[in-house]
Amino acid sequence: MIGKKDLEHIGWLARLELSEEDKEKYTPKLNSILDYFGEIDKADTEGVEPLYHVLPMNNVFREDVPTRSLSQEEALSNAPKNQDGFIKAPRMM
Amino acid sequence: MYENPDGVMIGLEVHVQLNKLRTKVFCGCTTDYHNDPPNSHVCPVCLGLPGSLPVINKKAVEAAIKVGLALNCTIEEHTQFYRKNYYYPDLPKGFQITQYDFPISSGGYITIEGEDGEHRVGITRAHMEEDPGRLVHEGTIDKSKYTLIDYNRSGMALLEVVSDPDMRSPKEARRYLDKLRNILEYLDIFDGDLEGALRVDANISIMGGQRAEIKNISSHKGAERALLFEIVRQKNVLRRGGVVVQETRHFDEAREITLSMRSKEEAHDYRYFPEPDLVPLKISGWAPAIKAILPELPDARRLRFVEQYGITDDHAKALTSERKFAIFYEDVAKKVDPKMAAVWVCDVLKGELNYRDLPVEAFNKEHMLSVIYLLMNKKITEDGAVDIIRTLLDKGGTPDEVVKEKGLLKVEDDIVSTAAEEAIKENLQAVADYRAGKEKALNSLVGAVMKKTKGRADARTAREILLDKLG
Amino acid sequence: MASINELTERIHADSSEEIVAEYLERITNSRLNAFITVSKESALLQAQEIDAKGHDGPLAGIPIAIKDNISTKGIMTTCASKILTGYIPPYDAHVIEKLKNAGAIIIGKTNMDEFAMGSSTETSFYGPTLNAWDMTRVPGGSSGGSAAAVAGGEAPLSLGSDTGGSVRCPASFCGVVGLKPTYGVISRYGLISYANSLEQIGPFASSVRDVATLFDVIAGHDPRDSTSVKREGNYSPALENDVNGLKIGIPEEYFGEGIDRNVEKSVRDAINTLEELGATSMEVKMPHTKYALSAYYIIAMSEASSNLARFDGMRYGLRTEDHDWHTTFSHVRADGFGDEVKRRILLGTYALSAGYLDKYYLKALKIRTLIKQDFERAFKDADVLIAPTMPYPAFKIGEKIDDPISLYLADVETVPINLAGVPSISLPCGFSGSLPIGMQVIGKHFDEAAILRTAYTFEENTDFHKEGS
Ligand SMILES: [Zn+2]
Repeated sequence: MIGKKDLEHIGWLARLELSEEDKEKYTPKLNSILDYFGEIDKADTEGVEPLYHVLPMNNVFREDVPTRSLSQEEALSNAPKNQDGFIKAPRMM
Repeated sequence: MYENPDGVMIGLEVHVQLNKLRTKVFCGCTTDYHNDPPNSHVCPVCLGLPGSLPVINKKAVEAAIKVGLALNCTIEEHTQFYRKNYYYPDLPKGFQITQYDFPISSGGYITIEGEDGEHRVGITRAHMEEDPGRLVHEGTIDKSKYTLIDYNRSGMALLEVVSDPDMRSPKEARRYLDKLRNILEYLDIFDGDLEGALRVDANISIMGGQRAEIKNISSHKGAERALLFEIVRQKNVLRRGGVVVQETRHFDEAREITLSMRSKEEAHDYRYFPEPDLVPLKISGWAPAIKAILPELPDARRLRFVEQYGITDDHAKALTSERKFAIFYEDVAKKVDPKMAAVWVCDVLKGELNYRDLPVEAFNKEHMLSVIYLLMNKKITEDGAVDIIRTLLDKGGTPDEVVKEKGLLKVEDDIVSTAAEEAIKENLQAVADYRAGKEKALNSLVGAVMKKTKGRADARTAREILLDKLG
Repeated sequence: MASINELTERIHADSSEEIVAEYLERITNSRLNAFITVSKESALLQAQEIDAKGHDGPLAGIPIAIKDNISTKGIMTTCASKILTGYIPPYDAHVIEKLKNAGAIIIGKTNMDEFAMGSSTETSFYGPTLNAWDMTRVPGGSSGGSAAAVAGGEAPLSLGSDTGGSVRCPASFCGVVGLKPTYGVISRYGLISYANSLEQIGPFASSVRDVATLFDVIAGHDPRDSTSVKREGNYSPALENDVNGLKIGIPEEYFGEGIDRNVEKSVRDAINTLEELGATSMEVKMPHTKYALSAYYIIAMSEASSNLARFDGMRYGLRTEDHDWHTTFSHVRADGFGDEVKRRILLGTYALSAGYLDKYYLKALKIRTLIKQDFERAFKDADVLIAPTMPYPAFKIGEKIDDPISLYLADVETVPINLAGVPSISLPCGFSGSLPIGMQVIGKHFDEAAILRTAYTFEENTDFHKEGS
């Protein structure tokens, strides 16, 4: 069960600001979903390997050959704020 | 046996930029961005645009294997990339592609000159990851009103070399860094002179306390300073009866102190999981072929220099401690007397360069050869040779020009002979003293000869001629 | 509804511009809300160019609608999310490059569930898309706009993406054909990730033949996608009207509790039809199906929580008022993401977090192994599997949106296919009242030929696909 404190922690981990109203709204729904997910506990997975990639592929590479980059203008074209060719982010602290 | 009275244990995490590759680790953007405007070498992949996907640079993997082998590591049978989830504006995807379980190599060591002779520092692992972008703050990070981001660096191939906590003093840590850098340069995968090429995080603990992690160290000297400060700080805490807590500290390079960075952000939970956009690597099979073409490493070259050129181990060690110097020396040694070359390259040139804080590239190899030829042919004196080297470093030109300008050509033996005869005639008292057994009296005669030849005589030759004439 | 062949003939006789203008007109007059962005000017310009210079590509001059989670250079791409407001990609997805080379004309970007998270196209920031068969009902999701556009005659072809059924579900609800290929057959380069290890881009059309033609254009190896396989698409020759000797597996777990009676009957009738045409059928056991839904959602949410971390308002998209960086980041996301996306990010973050990784994420991946083994066993005996695509026909708008679990349960028949990475095609096979019913034909890895042939034979011998809305 996820409590309010847990939700606040997860919200921080996910960088999702949650209002008090959000917390009220989400907690029961998240818990009912987790409750449903609890089904999988019943599956016997003793000795079963996790499947990360559905196809057994490995060793896919590219050669060390330069390809076209974006122009600075293209790179900045979607940035809401920029300055002197830099992308502008808020202060850190 | 080194006592290590404070029980100092230092482990280093070194981020090495594989900056001799042509392209970044997961995209085809160039690594040659250092002098270019911000955000001018980026693409959908390294800018983290929605929908872009990474593809591994094969050469980066080969370079990582080279390093692993050079650090005596095992190249793992199965290796894989993971996502490390954390948020910072320099990280365009909101996660860093790195390695976690299954790094490409692990379990090696580096041998350094320790506090008590040869000392082995274990290498826990060396794994691949991508470099974040570069942040620019106005003033300091805590005062800046905004943050500027340049993603040109984003996606550069990094190798994180993690050591065991085997270093027992800041000096050993510095020697470890010097040695690591040297090995990386021998492998020709890394140029340590480029900005941001090598960045260090240090873990340090002393007896009776927990370890602190020091971040933001960008030079070898900085590492030594940061660790020295940290030992004093931790000892003071313990002496006052305090507790050294486990924490992350920031090295303030300007003030040479470390500062606690404790904040909410420190409660990290990176939620590592395998990068679904990259498939696993099975590349241990490449290791034998790469090992076969691995270049000669510093320790091996040092032994060979002693054997092949008959120089002292001290010379060999000093000459091989920097790849460029070793190459410079060897090119010279092949054409002249190698022992003489060792003296002039190692003892003289290296000292003059260090004094001026110049790299070996500042001195032309052909000029070194000319100077040694002049010496071998007895055209100049040893003092004259030193003078030429200094002048070339300070003012430029060629050895011939310097010789001509300064009149450094050694005078002929018969002129010295004439001068010696004159000196004997004019300094009868000194001659008498010498004959009476006062060896030192000879020095004043040599001085007189040097004066007459305006210092262009070779002092040793002058002495020999005087002795000859005095019977 | 016009086929590619018919349109090509008309383009030769009249012009591409006329055809494109007709479709644009229909989009403008439509109430379905199938599109987020209509690229009227560039589409007409491109059509004029093709008319003037000619083009010998297989889709020369033919309009196509693209799901709004596929990157299109110069055309706004939003994933139906507020957070990508105004984002105009500087690059084309691999499939878009291929379509342009084939002469296709992109007429617009279609509506979808926000970040492809949903089965009803109701979570879009741009409002729900309506079902052409009954405008009080959902078109399915998450590629609802793409399916609705084809069903409503607003585009002859479209692309969607299928992470857990997002092509097949709306194909089923809208009475069109939709294909989820084998994982790795179509490059994901430029597909904005929801759950990377599960999803594929897939084609929609009103017939199996057109789906195959479009699939041939967009399939094939792409060195920019490390999970892309080295195979070139040439599937159209597989379209033979012949199922003689075909062995159909019927996974009984897919016909169990919660399946609408009409749906079950239509699919079983369809299997009978194929048997009459020379196929044989057998029951196959897929005992781990019951765990598929939970495993799917845990994996998808986990991957999504990481994929969506890049939306911080710095390089593109929504930016709120500046505070310190971490606070700004949290505000941008609180403002920019809708409820369902937030729920999935929170749950995915939780499933990967310290102390829960083994219980959720790793456990789900182990179940994924078991599900894949279920398919491998079934395919030892059967050439294809046939099952309902959705447990029921299109439901009412608003009916399930406040009950996440009941909405997730709608995917119970589609998600195992993504977990196993096998191909599946959904095609019309009947009606429940006035609403279309879809069945899915599932194949072995890389055996798209078998499912296309089965679907084509069924289509050639029945009329369900011809009944227009
Ligand atoms: Zn790039």
